[in-house]
Amino acid sequence: MNGPLLQCAGLARRFGGVQALDGVSFDIREREIFGLIGPNGAGKTTLFNLVTGIYAPNAGTITFRGESIGGLSPDRVCAKGIARTFQNIRLFANLTVLENVMIGRHVRTRAGVWGAILRTAHTRREETAIEQRASELLGFVGLTARANDLARNLPYGEQRRLEIARALATDPQLLALDEPAAGMNSTEKVALSELIGRIRDLGITVLLIEHDVKMVMGLCDRILVLDYGRPIAQGLPDEVRRDPRVIEAYLGTAHDTVGAAPR
Amino acid sequence: MIPSTTRHPALAWAGMALIGLALAVLPFALASVGTAWVRIANFAILFALLALGLNIVVGFAGLLDLGYVAFYAVGAYCYALLASPHFGLHLPFWVILPIGALVACLFGVMLGAPTLKLRGDYLAIVTLGFGEIIRVFLNNLSRPVNITNGPQGISRIDPFAIGDFKFNTTQKFFDLSFSGPIKYYYLLVIVLLVVIVINLRLQDSRIGRAWEAIREDEIAARAMGINTTGMKLLAFAMGASFGGIAGGIFAAIQQFISPESFVLVESIMVLAMVVLGGMGNIWGVIAGAILLSFVPEILRYTVLPVQQALFGKAIVEPEVIRMLLFGLALVLMMLYRPAGLFPSALRKRELSMPANGTGARP
Repeated sequence: MNGPLLQCAGLARRFGGVQALDGVSFDIREREIFGLIGPNGAGKTTLFNLVTGIYAPNAGTITFRGESIGGLSPDRVCAKGIARTFQNIRLFANLTVLENVMIGRHVRTRAGVWGAILRTAHTRREETAIEQRASELLGFVGLTARANDLARNLPYGEQRRLEIARALATDPQLLALDEPAAGMNSTEKVALSELIGRIRDLGITVLLIEHDVKMVMGLCDRILVLDYGRPIAQGLPDEVRRDPRVIEAYLGTAHDTVGAAPR
Repeated sequence: MIPSTTRHPALAWAGMALIGLALAVLPFALASVGTAWVRIANFAILFALLALGLNIVVGFAGLLDLGYVAFYAVGAYCYALLASPHFGLHLPFWVILPIGALVACLFGVMLGAPTLKLRGDYLAIVTLGFGEIIRVFLNNLSRPVNITNGPQGISRIDPFAIGDFKFNTTQKFFDLSFSGPIKYYYLLVIVLLVVIVINLRLQDSRIGRAWEAIREDEIAARAMGINTTGMKLLAFAMGASFGGIAGGIFAAIQQFISPESFVLVESIMVLAMVVLGGMGNIWGVIAGAILLSFVPEILRYTVLPVQQALFGKAIVEPEVIRMLLFGLALVLMMLYRPAGLFPSALRKRELSMPANGTGARP
C-alpha cells in the first residue's frame, strides 16, 4: 500500500478548560517503529486514546489505511487493525495466561451463540485454531511455560509481555504500546527492545510511548515530541536529539546523559 | 469445568448412569412420602432453571439484575394468554414456549439497551424498577381492554399436552402410577439437562470468554475488539429467554397465575440461589436452587411439630422461623463462604484478590 499507514492531521482534544492536545499532525509509515515522547502531562496518552478510540477528537482527522477512524469505538478501531497495551497494565487478572491471549482472538473469529450451543464442526475447528494461535503467540513472547498460570500471578515484566501477546492476537497492523518499559529493570528492558524489534520484523508497525529516552532513541525510526499538547519536533532520533526546543522542553538539564550538544 | 473424571471416561459414564438412575427413581421415592414433595421437587427444578438463566447475566457477564422475575412473568403470561379460556386460545405448548422465550428475550433487550452504561448499584436499582414496572403493568392491564385480567389473574390455564397425553392426569404404565407432578418432573428434568448443556457450552466458548473479559475489565475488553454493548445485550437476552421458558412451564403446572406470583422477593430469592450456590459455577447454582427450595419446605413441616413437642403449643409461626433461619444462613454464608457454597474457580480467585486489582507490582 502506498501512503502512510496512519495519518493524523490537526488533532485537538479538550478536557473541560484544559487543552490536552492542540494541532497535532503526524504520519506513521508502514513497518516503522514510531516513538512518541514528551514530559509528563504532554498529552502522549491522550493522543494514544484518540488513536485507539477511547476518546473522540474535538478537531482533526485520524486516517488509518486510507479510512477515517476518528471517533470510532475502541472495539471498531481494534477490528480495523490497531491493537494497544495499557500504561497501567489491564490484563484479565483472574484468567489464565492462555485465556487472556485467546480473548484477543475474539475480534478475528466469528462463532456466535448457535455455534457455541450446537458446537458445530465449524465452531470446534475455530476453537482449536484460537487455542493454537494463542499458544504460538505465547511462544513468541516467551511465556509458553506460564500458559496455565493466572495472569495476576506473573511477575511484572511477564505481565507486560502477556499484554503484548494479547494485543498481537488481534492481528494488528499497528501495535500501540503505552510505556511498555515503565517499571522494568535493565535486563527486562533489553529483552523488551528485542521483542519490539521482532514484532516489527513480522511486518507490524509499532507506535511506542516511552519515558526511557535511551530505549526510544535506540529503537525508533522516527520520533514525535509533544510538550503541553503541542508537537515541538518530529524526525529521526538524531535530529530530535539535537533540536534545541526538545532539549529545553524535555531533556532539559539532562543533556549530558543523552549526549546532546550544549547550548 | 467438568472435574477430573474427564481423564477416566468410563468412570464419567458410570457416574452419569448413576445420576440418571437416581433422577429417574427420585419422584417415586418422594411420592411415597407424599405427592406434595414431588411438587416441591418440581419447583426446585423450576427455580434451578431460573437461577441458571440469571447466572448468565450475573455470573457470566457480571451484571447485577434485581428484576429477573419480570422475564419469568412475561413467559408465564405469554403461556397463560395463549392457552386458556381468557382469550379462548389453546395453542400447544411446543408452540407457546418458544414464543414466550422470544417475547421474554425482547423484554431482556428492552431492559438491557437503556442500562448498558450503568454498572453495579445503579444497574441493580434500574433492574429492580423494571421488575416492579412489569408487575404493575400486569396488575393494571385489565382496563380499558382486558388483557391480563388484573389482580384476579388468569385461571384454567391448559396443562401441557401432546395429543391425548395430558401432563396433569394420573396414568398407569408398566404397573407404575404416574401422577401429574411425576410427569411434569420428567419433563422438567429433560429441560434442565438441556439448559445445563447450553450453559456449559456457552461458558466454554468465544461468547463465554467475551463475557468473562467484560466482567474482569470492560475497558480492556473493548480495546481487545469485544463489542461490549452487543455482548451485554446478548447476556440479558439469553438470561431472559430462560426466564421466559421457566415462566411458561410454571403457568402450565399451576394452571393459575396472578401478578402476586411475580413480586420482588422472587427475584431476590433467585439471586440468593445464584449467590449462595456460587456465582458463575453452573453446578453450584443448581445446588443453591435445590437447597433454597427444599430447606424452607422441610422447615415448614418440622417447625410446628418441634414447638408442639417442646412447649406444647406453637409460639412462633413457621413462616417467621423460616425467614429468620434463611436470613441467618445468608449472613453466615457471607461471613464464611463469600464466594458461595461451590464457588467457581474464577470467583474464588476474584474474592481472594487484593483490593488494588490488576497490574499491581508484586
